[in-house]
Amino acid sequence: MSAPAEQPAGLPGTGAPVPAATVPAAPVPAATVLAATGLVKVYPPAGRAGQPSIALAGVSLNLTEGACLGVVGESGCGKSTLARLLVGLERPTAGSVLLQGQPVTSFRRPELARHLQLVSQDPFSSLNPRLTVASALTEVLLVHRRVPGKKEAAARVAELLDMVSLGPQFASRLPHEMSGGQAQRVAIARALAAQPKILILDEPTSALDVSVRAGIVNLLARLRAELALSYLFISHDMAVIRQLSDQIGVMYAGRFVERGPWQSVMSSPLHPYTRALLTAVPEPRPDGSLLDSADHIAHDAPDTSQVQVAASARTGCPYFPRCPIRIDKCLTDDPPLEVVTGAHEAACYRAGLAVESSGGVPVESGSPPVERA
Amino acid sequence: MTDRNGTAASPVLAIRDLSVGLKTRTGITELVRSVSLDIRPGERVGLVGESGSGKSLTMLAVMGLLASPVCVTGGSVTLGSTELVGAPDRQLRALRGSEIAMVYQDPMTSLDPLQRVGEQIAEGLRAHGTSRSEAGERTLAALAEVQLPDPHRLARTYPHELSGGMRQRVMIAAALAGNPRLLLADEPTTALDVTIQRQILSLVARIQRARNLAVLWVTHDLGVAAQFVQRLAVMYAGRMVEVGPTAAVFSAPQHPYTAALLAAVPSTTGERSALGQIPGSPPEPGSFPPGCSFASRCRQARQGCTQTEPALEEREGGVAAACFVPPAEWQP
Amino acid sequence: MAQLAAAEPLVVTRVAASRRSLAARLWSQPSGRAGLVILAIMVLAGLASLAGLVPDNPDAQNPAATLRGPSAAHLFGTDQYGRDVLSRVMAGTVLSLQTALLAVAICAVLGTLGGVAAGYFGGVISSVVTSIADLLFAIPSILLALAIVSGLGAGWQNTAIAVGISYTPIFIRVVRGPVLAIRNADYVKAAQVLGFSRRRILFRHVLPGVGGILAVQVTLALGWAVLIEASLDFLGLGPPPPAATLGLMVSDGTNIAGIAWWSLAFPAIAVVLLVLGFTLTGDGLRDALDPSTANS
Repeated sequence: MSAPAEQPAGLPGTGAPVPAATVPAAPVPAATVLAATGLVKVYPPAGRAGQPSIALAGVSLNLTEGACLGVVGESGCGKSTLARLLVGLERPTAGSVLLQGQPVTSFRRPELARHLQLVSQDPFSSLNPRLTVASALTEVLLVHRRVPGKKEAAARVAELLDMVSLGPQFASRLPHEMSGGQAQRVAIARALAAQPKILILDEPTSALDVSVRAGIVNLLARLRAELALSYLFISHDMAVIRQLSDQIGVMYAGRFVERGPWQSVMSSPLHPYTRALLTAVPEPRPDGSLLDSADHIAHDAPDTSQVQVAASARTGCPYFPRCPIRIDKCLTDDPPLEVVTGAHEAACYRAGLAVESSGGVPVESGSPPVERA
Repeated sequence: MTDRNGTAASPVLAIRDLSVGLKTRTGITELVRSVSLDIRPGERVGLVGESGSGKSLTMLAVMGLLASPVCVTGGSVTLGSTELVGAPDRQLRALRGSEIAMVYQDPMTSLDPLQRVGEQIAEGLRAHGTSRSEAGERTLAALAEVQLPDPHRLARTYPHELSGGMRQRVMIAAALAGNPRLLLADEPTTALDVTIQRQILSLVARIQRARNLAVLWVTHDLGVAAQFVQRLAVMYAGRMVEVGPTAAVFSAPQHPYTAALLAAVPSTTGERSALGQIPGSPPEPGSFPPGCSFASRCRQARQGCTQTEPALEEREGGVAAACFVPPAEWQP
Repeated sequence: MAQLAAAEPLVVTRVAASRRSLAARLWSQPSGRAGLVILAIMVLAGLASLAGLVPDNPDAQNPAATLRGPSAAHLFGTDQYGRDVLSRVMAGTVLSLQTALLAVAICAVLGTLGGVAAGYFGGVISSVVTSIADLLFAIPSILLALAIVSGLGAGWQNTAIAVGISYTPIFIRVVRGPVLAIRNADYVKAAQVLGFSRRRILFRHVLPGVGGILAVQVTLALGWAVLIEASLDFLGLGPPPPAATLGLMVSDGTNIAGIAWWSLAFPAIAVVLLVLGFTLTGDGLRDALDPSTANS
């Protein structure tokens, strides 16, 4: 294991030696392991009079080997739908998912499972409450023939538990006999038992306490480095996403509105929604930044959860109702996701423009404003 | 108890050595142990802790809403000059909604799904003796105060027709309609999107300042605590381990648990380094170890920590901490 | 005709897995304990009867000793033909138990197959199965029994068939719900993502979750079956006299209750005890399987 990482200055030392090194620097351009092109998912109307709801409105992505793509968004943005489509739990209405260049639908389910696995939010729901840890892990090992037989399975179970920093005594435990953090580690171990190269993580830390969350985040960072895994990490928590990701994509209304290297997205957000998100995250520092400024988000704007707009009503940019820098064009033409600088993309005609101060927080972006016709 | 802010204002809420326990066949299992806290008029106080720390139970105990077999096993809670612990139900009901108001995490279960929201607010007011017409007016005023658009129309909607953020605003309106002196909030923004959370926090801060309302805000989110509350109390295993002005607690925590918690929180700025982890897990109620409950996980633990419980004591900067080891002697 | 509240579907989907054996958990529930004790007594009495360990031949008439009250020679007295009531009650208990067991075997098998099919596969299969269930629900068990008995003749097996078929829709309903819920549970979705076959998911992940609910329903169904069987016998739709069925004894006893209360009381109490035993055990099982009490 690498040397303990430094603690932020000013805070005294804390618990046990911190295991993970910082995330390795962005890898040399590597092969794409998972790609999605134009994913669309429409759900039929709920009631008789309802409208169909568009959960995904055209999502494309590229996950390269060994990388971590963080997908951040609030409720209703479609990130969980994206996860379900990528692992094959649901089929897209349009678009495709390619694994190692092959369409995901061409893989048989067991074979797909050996490439791609899922870790969900609530380990107590995703673990079979009747199976002990050993049974659950052994089942995966035997079904996927990762071990020759039951005897070898026991040894491998111990190895997997050790990999997620759980002692061998956990092998005989049932899910309800463990804490949230321990159960989530078991869920990760179970996913790793199939020996996939790609992990889709759908809010794996959201149901956990702060200190437990830290442990899981560190564990995931370490596993990625040790096992050369690729991650698609979905969360609503910007800070956690930032901790693990090489690339960050921001989702809103079923699409990516911004995507780029984590440093650029975090320090120089180009899309007004990203800026709104970053401004809204309460920093664990009592600097009053959250409350001083008047809201520049219109107080009567619809919440994100009401964003899944009916198919027939959709024109223009979905962020229009809440956007402080909108122009006429935004109402009629939906801005495409395009490169603005380097590898940093945004879906905004006025990407990078500072917010006009109207008592609002003037947020400057690092890159020069780009006006696109 | 000394006044930590140095001012002489008498507290709106004074919690003294409050203990909460669970009655079992074999005895009483301690859940909250001897918690003391003052909230002064116009002050925003935060109660921070992880699951099982006892923060929500403390709040429920203040409101007298503990359900048997959980009950207050000791201590006192005074609202102004009224003792709440052991007060008759009738008296507590009269206070709830008029003097003390509470906002919960999930407005969907706190609001009656079969009743229009305006009616629910007005009904609460009428229960405290307001006339029908005045209740209606105050309802509309409350809805406007929480910046809900078109209060007339909104009062006639049902909870399921509103988004999460709007429902929470309705809850706040309902809480404030009775003009309480004290607002208790149990993680009201945890289930909300972060942009909506920001709006709600701004709103509550604005209203609170305008009315000089005393607020006790329970949260597990240190970011919210840092930004929203002026004084912070940290709970662990049913005890208060640190309390003091927010800025002081964040810049120079005096208890190893607080320090560990702060190191475990990721931020959106600054160096990206591994997060601080705390080995082990918090003790379960019923099996609190002797001495300091945090000792088994504490890097600074020394002889004596597992024998005697440290008491909450004044340290520098107006912060009090329950730890035998001063920060100057902490090892990295 | 009173139908037991056994028809309420149980919506327990997260049946707790616990370290303690089911028997231990059941025994720790007061209702479970009481139910098991009562059942034990009744079953022992029935077994004794089967083994011939009865005070008297249940069918032996004794004109000289008719309508005698309880005494040392005849603990439960004698009926209008001089037959020993205790022996007859024991024989009747056997008949009730075997009829109930056969009936529940029928409805449990049919109902579970239907319920699992409906819950797991959904769609057309579910619609067909639930329609059949609704149809069966609509027919009162008495009419069904009448039809079957007139078609097949009287006899305890036919009574069992009638009772079994009328209870099948309840099993379908009770099983379908949890299967449907578990089918959509996160851990079943996880099993799909983990690449498990449909067969494995059904047998290793979905069905075990239903086992507990099934056990409870079977127990409650046994109690219900005893009651309906006794009712059918009471109405003369079961094995004809001189068969020693509890229902017939109650029917005869009602006529002479004024002069020979023991003729009515003891068979009636036997029915009550059987039904109570099963119901209490079923309740105890349900509580024992409830996740919130599983580890207390």
